[in-house]
Amino acid sequence: MSVKTTQKMAKAALWTAGFCTVAVLSLVIGYVMFEGIPHVNWQFLTMKPKKMGSEGGIFPIIVSTIYFTALTLAIATPIGVGAAIYLTEYTREGKITKIIRFGTEALAGIPSIVFGLFGFAFFVIALEPITRGWSLLSGALTGATMILPTLIRTSEEAIKTVPVSYREGSLALGATKWQTICRVVLPSALPGIVTGVILSIGRVVGETAALMLTLGGSMRMPGSIFDSARTMSMHLYLVALEVGTKPALDKAFATATVLILTIFIINTTANWLMKHFIS
Amino acid sequence: MNYKTKEKIYEKILLTSAFVSVITIILIGGFVFKEGAPLIAKVGLVKFLFGTQWFPTSGEYGIFPMILGTFAVTLVALAMGVPLGVSTAIFLAEFAPPKVTRVVRPAVELLAGIPSVVYGLFGMVIVNDIIMYVERTYLAGILKPEYQRGYSILSASIILAIMILPTVINISEDAIRSVPNEYKEASLALGATEWQTIYKVLLPAASSGIVAAVVLGMGRAIGETMAVIMVAGNTVAVPDSIFAPVRTLTGNIAIEMGYASGDHVRALFATGIVLFVIIMVLNSVATFIAKKGVSRS
Repeated sequence: MSVKTTQKMAKAALWTAGFCTVAVLSLVIGYVMFEGIPHVNWQFLTMKPKKMGSEGGIFPIIVSTIYFTALTLAIATPIGVGAAIYLTEYTREGKITKIIRFGTEALAGIPSIVFGLFGFAFFVIALEPITRGWSLLSGALTGATMILPTLIRTSEEAIKTVPVSYREGSLALGATKWQTICRVVLPSALPGIVTGVILSIGRVVGETAALMLTLGGSMRMPGSIFDSARTMSMHLYLVALEVGTKPALDKAFATATVLILTIFIINTTANWLMKHFIS
Repeated sequence: MNYKTKEKIYEKILLTSAFVSVITIILIGGFVFKEGAPLIAKVGLVKFLFGTQWFPTSGEYGIFPMILGTFAVTLVALAMGVPLGVSTAIFLAEFAPPKVTRVVRPAVELLAGIPSVVYGLFGMVIVNDIIMYVERTYLAGILKPEYQRGYSILSASIILAIMILPTVINISEDAIRSVPNEYKEASLALGATEWQTIYKVLLPAASSGIVAAVVLGMGRAIGETMAVIMVAGNTVAVPDSIFAPVRTLTGNIAIEMGYASGDHVRALFATGIVLFVIIMVLNSVATFIAKKGVSRS
């Protein structure tokens, strides 16, 4: 085979690969939405689930998902941003940063079911007097440990892009280090940090395995952070696998459609932020 | 309180938050080992790892079928996902016009963002139906009846292959893009075609990054739980065919944790230890390979 033919064939094969990747995505999303959209309507979004979720809607589950996400972010964001500030503003690369980076990287690779085991043993069982066992709080604490690596990494990158001259200007005017961080560095890094937070929302909303062991799984409207609950992803799984009848599968597809749309909105917002505020 | 004391306090608070991830990883290791290790000691490490009988009610805890199941679905998934992922990465880095990139890149991002239960649902309904059709129409004479239900290593691998695509694509593309332009220019200037340049210059130079991508993809596949439970069938048996239903380590924990008690719970934590160790080893390998690549170039 001549060199030219090989070149042509290789090029065609690589184009095909790129095409296949997009085709796979379209197939998954297309099929799920095709099955799901007919069952997504106002009632579905605003009614309580009935008969283990095979009838009715998902309103309490949407509320639980929002509670859970907000709580997880409220716990994880200060810690993640704090860690990122420490790593960028207070230390040089050395032993301490090496340990911290090792911890963060290791945490990023742990499978979610292992987070689930940990959350079950620590937050659900050991800390039961505080978290009341399976609850939104236990789930959120577990979820927070899972998104910490993403938050630290994205915040660090955002803080690093703030020009040194900004800090020098502030310090030269007599501001303390903390004032400089609060009033100069963080405001300039804000869009990047927010992007990181939004991307973490995607992870939290999609998480299931760890929550199966920590969140409890109640379908009722949660009254407080000490109540058991389930998120949309968990609901999808429980309805599809543990009920599994045709009407239950329809509801599962409808839930999947809502989930995909949520993720799509999250990604689009993050991309928009990145394009307009970070360059 | 003067400002110096305040500054010190802020610094300490920030240092503490920086150490939260380190503390968490120690706690995770600690708790999972504390709960699981006594059972491994009781059953015996060899019997736990290589025993083929898993009957928690009668105190038999052998996870060998699950270890094999995990590696089977992972390897078949890599065999499908890596060629497609690396080719897509080369395509994005070298051939794709900006207009096409603007479609492919968000698609990859969305692929990474879709929750695993959605992939599971897709697999359970569509992929399993197709596999079942193939099993019943073309292989009915060869396969055992319990291998004709669609739930199989093959369907789990197909779903996992899709799920690891974003990891493989993103990291390989970064690796290919980080090869210095001079390498490519020199090769092209010597009269090599684009493909020869890719094959003989770019890929070897990016090889450590691509290997790291594969190892991380492998980690993702081993760690995946929900999607696999929904399509793999979860039978505890040593698999002897690609159409055999299997249970993975992650699946074992997720399925039985809900109703386990006593030693059974400890056995599931012990399964978690095995998973934890496999993932830590894989990630260290990936970091090592990636670092070696950086220091060489």
